[in-house]
Amino acid sequence: MTSQTKRMEVTLESIIDSVDLAEDITLRIAEAAGFDDEDRHRIGMSVREGVINAVTYGNHQNREKKVFLTLELDPGRLVIRILDQGEGFVLSDVPDPLAEENLLKSSGRGILLMKAFMDEFGVVRGRTGGAELTLVKKLPAAT
Amino acid sequence: MSFKATSREIRGVVVVDVSGRITLGEGSAMLREMVRDMTSKGQLKIVLNLGDVTYIDSSGIGELVSGFTTVKNSGGELKLLNLTKKVHDLLQITKLYTVFDVHNDEASALGSFRN
Repeated sequence: MTSQTKRMEVTLESIIDSVDLAEDITLRIAEAAGFDDEDRHRIGMSVREGVINAVTYGNHQNREKKVFLTLELDPGRLVIRILDQGEGFVLSDVPDPLAEENLLKSSGRGILLMKAFMDEFGVVRGRTGGAELTLVKKLPAAT
Repeated sequence: MSFKATSREIRGVVVVDVSGRITLGEGSAMLREMVRDMTSKGQLKIVLNLGDVTYIDSSGIGELVSGFTTVKNSGGELKLLNLTKKVHDLLQITKLYTVFDVHNDEASALGSFRN
Protein backbone atom coordinates (compact mmCIF):
# COMPACT_ATOMS: atom_id res chain seq x y z
CA MET A 1 0.00 0.00 0.00
CA THR A 2 1.46 3.36 -0.96
CA SER A 3 0.99 6.43 1.19
CA GLN A 4 -0.59 8.27 -1.73
CA THR A 5 -4.29 9.10 -1.55
CA LYS A 6 -6.29 8.01 -4.59
CA ARG A 7 -9.50 9.86 -5.28
CA MET A 8 -12.35 9.43 -7.73
CA GLU A 9 -15.32 11.74 -8.23
CA VAL A 10 -18.47 10.77 -10.09
CA THR A 11 -21.48 12.97 -10.83
CA LEU A 12 -24.71 11.00 -10.96
CA GLU A 13 -28.13 11.78 -12.37
CA SER A 14 -31.03 11.79 -9.91
CA ILE A 15 -32.49 8.61 -11.30
CA ILE A 16 -32.89 5.12 -9.87
CA ASP A 17 -30.36 3.70 -12.37
CA SER A 18 -27.68 5.77 -10.62
CA VAL A 19 -28.03 3.51 -7.59
CA ASP A 20 -26.74 0.44 -9.49
CA LEU A 21 -24.04 2.51 -11.19
CA ALA A 22 -22.76 3.89 -7.87
CA GLU A 23 -22.74 0.41 -6.37
CA ASP A 24 -20.86 -1.06 -9.36
CA ILE A 25 -18.17 1.65 -9.25
CA THR A 26 -17.77 1.23 -5.50
CA LEU A 27 -17.48 -2.55 -5.74
CA ARG A 28 -14.68 -2.23 -8.29
CA ILE A 29 -12.77 0.18 -6.05
CA ALA A 30 -13.37 -2.00 -3.00
CA GLU A 31 -12.11 -5.09 -4.82
CA ALA A 32 -8.99 -3.27 -5.99
CA ALA A 33 -8.42 -2.11 -2.40
CA GLY A 34 -8.39 -5.74 -1.23
CA PHE A 35 -11.69 -5.98 0.66
CA ASP A 36 -13.09 -9.51 0.92
CA ASP A 37 -16.48 -10.61 -0.39
CA GLU A 38 -18.29 -9.93 2.87
CA ASP A 39 -16.89 -6.40 3.22
CA ARG A 40 -17.50 -5.64 -0.47
CA HIS A 41 -21.13 -6.59 0.01
CA ARG A 42 -21.40 -4.32 3.04
CA ILE A 43 -19.65 -1.38 1.39
CA GLY A 44 -21.64 -1.79 -1.84
CA MET A 45 -24.94 -1.93 -0.02
CA SER A 46 -24.04 1.11 2.09
CA VAL A 47 -23.33 3.15 -1.03
CA ARG A 48 -26.53 1.82 -2.56
CA GLU A 49 -28.51 2.99 0.46
CA GLY A 50 -26.75 6.36 0.53
CA VAL A 51 -27.44 7.04 -3.14
CA ILE A 52 -31.08 5.90 -2.77
CA ASN A 53 -31.42 8.51 -0.01
CA ALA A 54 -29.76 11.19 -2.12
CA VAL A 55 -31.77 10.47 -5.28
CA THR A 56 -35.18 9.95 -3.66
CA TYR A 57 -35.27 11.92 -0.40
CA GLY A 58 -32.60 14.54 -1.12
CA ASN A 59 -33.13 15.40 -4.77
CA HIS A 60 -36.67 13.95 -5.09
CA GLN A 61 -35.59 12.48 -8.47
CA ASN A 62 -35.40 15.99 -9.90
CA ARG A 63 -33.41 15.57 -13.14
CA GLU A 64 -31.90 19.03 -12.76
CA LYS A 65 -30.23 18.02 -9.50
CA LYS A 66 -27.14 15.83 -9.22
CA VAL A 67 -25.60 13.45 -6.74
CA PHE A 68 -21.86 13.74 -6.19
CA LEU A 69 -20.11 10.51 -5.23
CA THR A 70 -16.50 10.70 -4.06
CA LEU A 71 -14.36 7.68 -3.28
CA GLU A 72 -11.03 8.23 -1.58
CA LEU A 73 -8.46 5.58 -0.81
CA ASP A 74 -6.25 6.74 2.04
CA PRO A 75 -3.34 4.60 3.20
CA GLY A 76 -5.54 2.99 5.83
CA ARG A 77 -9.15 3.44 4.79
CA LEU A 78 -11.75 3.89 2.11
CA VAL A 79 -13.67 7.14 2.55
CA ILE A 80 -16.89 7.59 0.56
CA ARG A 81 -18.88 10.80 0.35
CA ILE A 82 -22.36 11.12 -1.12
CA LEU A 83 -23.61 14.67 -1.58
CA ASP A 84 -27.03 15.70 -2.87
CA GLN A 85 -28.62 19.03 -3.77
CA GLY A 86 -31.59 18.78 -1.46
CA GLU A 87 -32.40 20.53 1.79
CA GLY A 88 -30.19 18.39 4.03
CA PHE A 89 -31.30 16.68 7.21
CA VAL A 90 -30.31 16.26 10.84
CA LEU A 91 -29.48 12.72 11.82
CA SER A 92 -31.21 12.97 15.19
CA ASP A 93 -34.47 13.88 13.41
CA VAL A 94 -34.56 10.58 11.54
CA PRO A 95 -37.04 8.13 13.13
CA ASP A 96 -35.46 5.06 14.72
CA PRO A 97 -36.45 2.07 12.53
CA LEU A 98 -35.88 -0.25 15.49
CA ALA A 99 -38.51 1.49 17.65
CA GLU A 100 -41.59 -0.65 18.19
CA GLU A 101 -43.86 1.82 16.39
CA ASN A 102 -41.59 1.89 13.30
CA LEU A 103 -40.72 -1.78 13.04
CA LEU A 104 -43.40 -2.55 10.44
CA LYS A 105 -42.86 0.53 8.31
CA SER A 106 -41.92 -0.21 4.72
CA SER A 107 -39.04 2.30 4.59
CA GLY A 108 -36.52 4.13 6.76
CA ARG A 109 -33.84 1.44 7.26
CA GLY A 110 -31.10 2.78 4.97
CA ILE A 111 -29.21 4.77 7.60
CA LEU A 112 -29.41 1.86 10.04
CA LEU A 113 -27.76 -0.42 7.46
CA MET A 114 -25.04 2.11 6.61
CA LYS A 115 -24.22 2.50 10.30
CA ALA A 116 -24.16 -1.27 10.78
CA PHE A 117 -21.99 -2.01 7.74
CA MET A 118 -19.41 0.78 7.85
CA ASP A 119 -16.79 1.63 10.49
CA GLU A 120 -17.82 5.29 10.55
CA PHE A 121 -20.92 7.09 9.36
CA GLY A 122 -21.75 10.79 9.48
CA VAL A 123 -24.03 13.42 7.96
CA VAL A 124 -23.28 17.12 7.52
CA ARG A 125 -24.70 19.91 5.38
CA GLY A 126 -22.50 19.91 2.29
CA ARG A 127 -21.30 22.71 -0.01
CA THR A 128 -24.51 22.41 -2.06
CA GLY A 129 -26.68 22.91 1.01
CA GLY A 130 -27.79 19.31 0.72
CA ALA A 131 -26.90 16.33 2.87
CA GLU A 132 -23.37 14.96 2.64
CA LEU A 133 -22.98 11.44 3.93
CA THR A 134 -19.52 10.20 4.89
CA LEU A 135 -18.94 6.47 4.98
CA VAL A 136 -15.62 5.06 6.15
CA LYS A 137 -14.30 1.51 6.05
CA LYS A 138 -10.84 0.57 7.29
CA LEU A 139 -8.74 -1.24 4.71
CA PRO A 140 -8.17 -4.95 5.43
CA ALA A 141 -4.48 -4.48 6.25
CA ALA A 142 -5.35 -1.67 8.64
CA THR A 143 -7.91 -3.63 10.72
CA MET B 1 -29.13 -12.23 -11.63
CA SER B 2 -32.45 -10.44 -12.04
CA PHE B 3 -35.58 -10.96 -9.98
CA LYS B 4 -37.73 -13.98 -10.75
CA ALA B 5 -40.68 -15.44 -8.89
CA THR B 6 -42.77 -18.51 -9.62
CA SER B 7 -45.60 -19.79 -7.48
CA ARG B 8 -47.01 -23.23 -6.79
CA GLU B 9 -49.87 -24.30 -4.55
CA ILE B 10 -49.56 -27.09 -2.00
CA ARG B 11 -52.56 -28.02 0.16
CA GLY B 12 -54.02 -24.51 0.03
CA VAL B 13 -50.69 -22.76 0.66
CA VAL B 14 -49.04 -20.71 -2.09
CA VAL B 15 -45.28 -21.18 -2.13
CA VAL B 16 -43.48 -18.46 -4.07
CA ASP B 17 -39.96 -19.41 -5.16
CA VAL B 18 -38.08 -16.15 -5.41
CA SER B 19 -34.64 -15.81 -7.00
CA GLY B 20 -32.25 -13.01 -7.92
CA ARG B 21 -32.22 -9.50 -6.54
CA ILE B 22 -34.97 -7.81 -4.53
CA THR B 23 -33.92 -4.19 -4.79
CA LEU B 24 -35.26 -0.74 -5.54
CA GLY B 25 -36.19 -0.53 -9.20
CA GLU B 26 -35.76 -4.23 -9.76
CA GLY B 27 -37.52 -6.91 -7.77
CA SER B 28 -39.21 -4.98 -5.00
CA ALA B 29 -42.08 -3.56 -7.09
CA MET B 30 -42.71 -6.94 -8.71
CA LEU B 31 -42.79 -8.67 -5.34
CA ARG B 32 -45.25 -6.07 -4.05
CA GLU B 33 -47.58 -6.57 -7.02
CA MET B 34 -47.38 -10.32 -6.71
CA VAL B 35 -48.35 -10.34 -3.02
CA ARG B 36 -51.16 -7.82 -3.58
CA ASP B 37 -52.48 -9.87 -6.48
CA MET B 38 -52.49 -13.08 -4.42
CA THR B 39 -54.18 -11.35 -1.49
CA SER B 40 -56.88 -9.85 -3.71
CA LYS B 41 -57.61 -13.35 -5.05
CA GLY B 42 -58.10 -14.63 -1.52
CA GLN B 43 -54.81 -16.53 -1.37
CA LEU B 44 -53.96 -15.74 2.23
CA LYS B 45 -51.52 -18.51 3.13
CA ILE B 46 -48.24 -17.56 1.52
CA VAL B 47 -44.68 -18.84 1.88
CA LEU B 48 -41.88 -16.82 0.31
CA ASN B 49 -39.00 -19.17 -0.46
CA LEU B 50 -35.97 -16.86 -0.48
CA GLY B 51 -33.34 -19.59 -0.86
CA ASP B 52 -32.14 -18.32 -4.24
CA VAL B 53 -32.27 -14.61 -3.43
CA THR B 54 -28.78 -13.32 -4.13
CA TYR B 55 -29.20 -9.77 -2.87
CA ILE B 56 -31.72 -7.67 -1.00
CA ASP B 57 -31.50 -4.00 -0.01
CA SER B 58 -33.59 -1.85 2.34
CA SER B 59 -36.27 -1.45 -0.34
CA GLY B 60 -36.50 -5.21 -0.64
CA ILE B 61 -36.70 -5.56 3.15
CA GLY B 62 -39.44 -2.91 3.06
CA GLU B 63 -41.38 -4.98 0.53
CA LEU B 64 -41.13 -8.08 2.71
CA VAL B 65 -42.58 -6.05 5.59
CA SER B 66 -45.23 -4.53 3.35
CA GLY B 67 -46.22 -7.97 2.07
CA PHE B 68 -46.35 -9.31 5.61
CA THR B 69 -48.70 -6.53 6.79
CA THR B 70 -50.85 -6.66 3.63
CA VAL B 71 -51.50 -10.37 4.10
CA LYS B 72 -51.92 -10.08 7.86
CA ASN B 73 -54.42 -7.22 7.53
CA SER B 74 -56.45 -9.42 5.19
CA GLY B 75 -56.58 -12.15 7.82
CA GLY B 76 -53.84 -14.30 6.35
CA GLU B 77 -50.24 -15.25 7.07
CA LEU B 78 -47.02 -14.72 5.13
CA LYS B 79 -44.00 -16.78 6.13
CA LEU B 80 -40.38 -16.87 5.04
CA LEU B 81 -38.47 -19.96 3.99
CA ASN B 82 -34.75 -20.71 3.40
CA LEU B 83 -33.06 -17.42 4.26
CA THR B 84 -29.54 -16.99 2.93
CA LYS B 85 -26.95 -15.75 5.41
CA LYS B 86 -27.08 -12.25 3.94
CA VAL B 87 -30.86 -12.01 4.22
CA HIS B 88 -30.76 -13.56 7.69
CA ASP B 89 -28.18 -10.97 8.81
CA LEU B 90 -30.28 -8.09 7.42
CA LEU B 91 -33.37 -9.30 9.28
CA GLN B 92 -31.30 -9.54 12.47
CA ILE B 93 -29.91 -6.01 12.09
CA THR B 94 -33.37 -4.58 11.39
CA LYS B 95 -34.93 -6.59 14.26
CA LEU B 96 -37.37 -8.16 11.82
CA TYR B 97 -36.21 -11.71 12.40
CA THR B 98 -38.59 -12.01 15.33
CA VAL B 99 -41.45 -10.36 13.41
CA PHE B 100 -41.45 -12.90 10.57
CA ASP B 101 -42.19 -16.56 10.99
CA VAL B 102 -39.03 -18.03 9.47
CA HIS B 103 -38.57 -21.68 8.47
CA ASN B 104 -35.62 -23.69 7.23
CA ASP B 105 -37.58 -26.42 5.48
CA GLU B 106 -40.70 -26.40 3.38
CA ALA B 107 -42.58 -29.08 5.31
CA SER B 108 -42.20 -27.09 8.50
CA ALA B 109 -43.40 -23.90 6.76
CA LEU B 110 -46.43 -25.66 5.26
CA GLY B 111 -47.33 -27.28 8.57
CA SER B 112 -47.17 -24.02 10.49
CA PHE B 113 -50.34 -22.48 9.06
CA ARG B 114 -53.49 -22.36 11.12
CA ASN B 115 -56.45 -24.16 9.58
